[in-house]
Amino acid sequence: MSTFQIDFGTEKPESKIVGIDLGTTNSLVAVMDLTGPRILSGIVPSVVSVSESGEVIAGAEAREMLLTHPDRTVYSVKRLMGRGTSDIQDELKLFPFHLASGSGSVLQLQLGDQVMTPPEVSAHILRKLKQDAEAVLGTSVTQAVITVPAYFNDAQRQATKDAGRIAGLEVLRLVNEPTAAALAYGLDKRKEGLVAVYDFGGGTFDVSILRLHDGIFEVLATNGDTHLGGDDIDNLLLRIALEDIQSEWGEDISVKNDAVQILRRAVITAKETLSFVPSTAIVFEHGGKRYERAMSVDVFNRLIGPIVERTLGPCRACIKDAAVNVEDINEVVMVGGSTRIPLVRAEVEKLFRSRPHTELNPDEVVALGAAVQAGILAGDVQDQLLLDVTPLSLGIETMGGLVAKIIHRNSTIPASATEQFTTAVDGQRNVLIHVLQGERELVKDCRSLARFDLKDLPPMPAGLARIEVKFLIDANGILNVTARDVRTGAEHSVEVKPSYGLTDEQVEAMILESFDKAQEDFKERQLREARVEADAIMAATKKARLNDAFTMLDEAERKLIDRAVGELLVVYHGQDHLLIRAKIDQLNAATHSLAEQMMNTAVRGALKGTKI
Amino acid sequence: MRFYEALDVPPRLALDPEDLKQRFYGKSRLWHPDRFARASPEEQQKALEMTSVLNDAFRTLKDPVQRAEYFLGERGLGPTKHAPAELLEEVFEMNMALEELREGDQSARPQLEAARNRFEQLLAEIDHGLYDMSIRFDEAQDESLLHAIRSGLDRRRYVSNLIRDVDKELNVHLPN
Repeated sequence: MSTFQIDFGTEKPESKIVGIDLGTTNSLVAVMDLTGPRILSGIVPSVVSVSESGEVIAGAEAREMLLTHPDRTVYSVKRLMGRGTSDIQDELKLFPFHLASGSGSVLQLQLGDQVMTPPEVSAHILRKLKQDAEAVLGTSVTQAVITVPAYFNDAQRQATKDAGRIAGLEVLRLVNEPTAAALAYGLDKRKEGLVAVYDFGGGTFDVSILRLHDGIFEVLATNGDTHLGGDDIDNLLLRIALEDIQSEWGEDISVKNDAVQILRRAVITAKETLSFVPSTAIVFEHGGKRYERAMSVDVFNRLIGPIVERTLGPCRACIKDAAVNVEDINEVVMVGGSTRIPLVRAEVEKLFRSRPHTELNPDEVVALGAAVQAGILAGDVQDQLLLDVTPLSLGIETMGGLVAKIIHRNSTIPASATEQFTTAVDGQRNVLIHVLQGERELVKDCRSLARFDLKDLPPMPAGLARIEVKFLIDANGILNVTARDVRTGAEHSVEVKPSYGLTDEQVEAMILESFDKAQEDFKERQLREARVEADAIMAATKKARLNDAFTMLDEAERKLIDRAVGELLVVYHGQDHLLIRAKIDQLNAATHSLAEQMMNTAVRGALKGTKI
Repeated sequence: MRFYEALDVPPRLALDPEDLKQRFYGKSRLWHPDRFARASPEEQQKALEMTSVLNDAFRTLKDPVQRAEYFLGERGLGPTKHAPAELLEEVFEMNMALEELREGDQSARPQLEAARNRFEQLLAEIDHGLYDMSIRFDEAQDESLLHAIRSGLDRRRYVSNLIRDVDKELNVHLPN
């Protein structure tokens, strides 16, 4: 049915930059509106599964697959981001990650018959968030701000950025989670003074101390542990329950993946319940047997005490690094699901000597802050500015396996350092620079970040070459390296070999692969939209048949309409959205004079009823 | 004096910390990469470079010691490696005590703690002297003061390294 559309403006609205909290357990997407940041869709569990037919599923559905198909489902993948096979051995003991055989320097996970790197798994979660956001906003979403734990190192940040690219998102900024929380929190109140953010999430712990002044959020220091979170509490309770069951039933169910996942769900429920009531029970049934263990808050607190204690060391270090007195910290903001635990709140209150703020939903506050940052980048938010820091010192390897620090931790980013390099022997053609991150003095105690190769030096006597290398940590906390020949002033090429993580070429290949999938997604959406439109026009046509105007049409015109409806119905269930569109246009044309007639009738009717 | 220019402050040894902070915030509002997210790649690169210099400048100039080291370094008066002669005897005795502590003799502990406190006091005196000389230099621009400041900085570095070493040993070799 032809409709007369009013064009509200010829310019298309600029696509929105979304803010994404890519969490260990759950993820969320938010956007900045005129009234403030707003969550766009429900919580998306950070779980990815591959169905038996080979379809990749992310979110709530995948979380259900964790119970039925644990072997082809992965959760807490954030723990693996930017890490190598050698440094996840502890993780492998606690989490049912299925490494693909032949997993080399870059980790690969086996999900059913598919093999994916951690950034690819995360990309599936991001793609789900992207689609959710597009559905609500009604526009395509191509740019995002993604949050990361403040204590993430360079490789972990790079892996997160890679995940965004693979998902078809341009990552305009990585924002530290506690800083994002401070943004969300300080937005409405124009706060001044010192604020501490205690962020205890599913898999990571961060603490940051910020100075708030006239819309500027200056991070003074940050500290944390990227492998400490609610997961650790779950694993502790799970281990206890498994031991109990072993001794009660004489059966080791830890080998049964599906049973373990059901038991894991049961201990999580018990943990969450204990935040609100003084006692509960872990209840689990399997193979006709029942396990039940009562648990009081006192027992729970004693069990998790050591885990909570592990968060306090970084807090003390952070206060020291920020060079502030604990009495001068005006407020403590609580972020992350694990801060619902009363023991956590009590310990934080004791340490910071001020009542922690819990009024904002700790699950949402990071995503809301990411949306505020997106607003800042879009230019919609003018009066706020984030000045963040790098969590770890950057150094280069020197003689004897020592590390010379060139950018110190808690330096405001972007931060840079310039060093000169030369050759050690006559005719040396290249210089290898090994860059590390960490606070320790020996290379073996720091984390290798990358090796930069200054190649094609002109052959010269030793010590004559002068190559100036600039190390720059950008606003995302990611290192960029450029080199310049001091004598000629020319840019010198640097070849980067990341110690962990994907090379640019690998990411490009993944983007291409996912592009095919995105094309499929896009086609699917276009098809759906075409069908929605077809439904609308057919419903309108059906209704019009009852109108007086329809009876005024001649036989030929009616036949034309019938035929157009029939043809549209034929292509409706096909896969070609263009064909559906063509038939919609045909029906539009066929009903054109009918629509005009109806308009005239309606106008006449309206005029008749009007007294002039 | 690139760092002074970045923050738009006169090249002086004594600076008002509050004024410096306000200038830093003001310049950050102008140049931070967040303000150029939708600008051309060239403008983004410029913002990145301006901000990294600005951050490096503020980090250096807000700390009086780092500021003085930078100021002198720019005038070709870098640090020297001379150990302050007047401290040599005391440092010698302290090293003996450190050796005893390393060998498990906890009776050396009080002597080390006393030495540590003396060095802390000395550090405060040096800082005070540096502050005075900085103000005087800013007024008179007397080059000889710069050399005095340099030796003050050398002493300071030496003493704070001593304190760090003693602290390390005191914490490592704790009584059982």
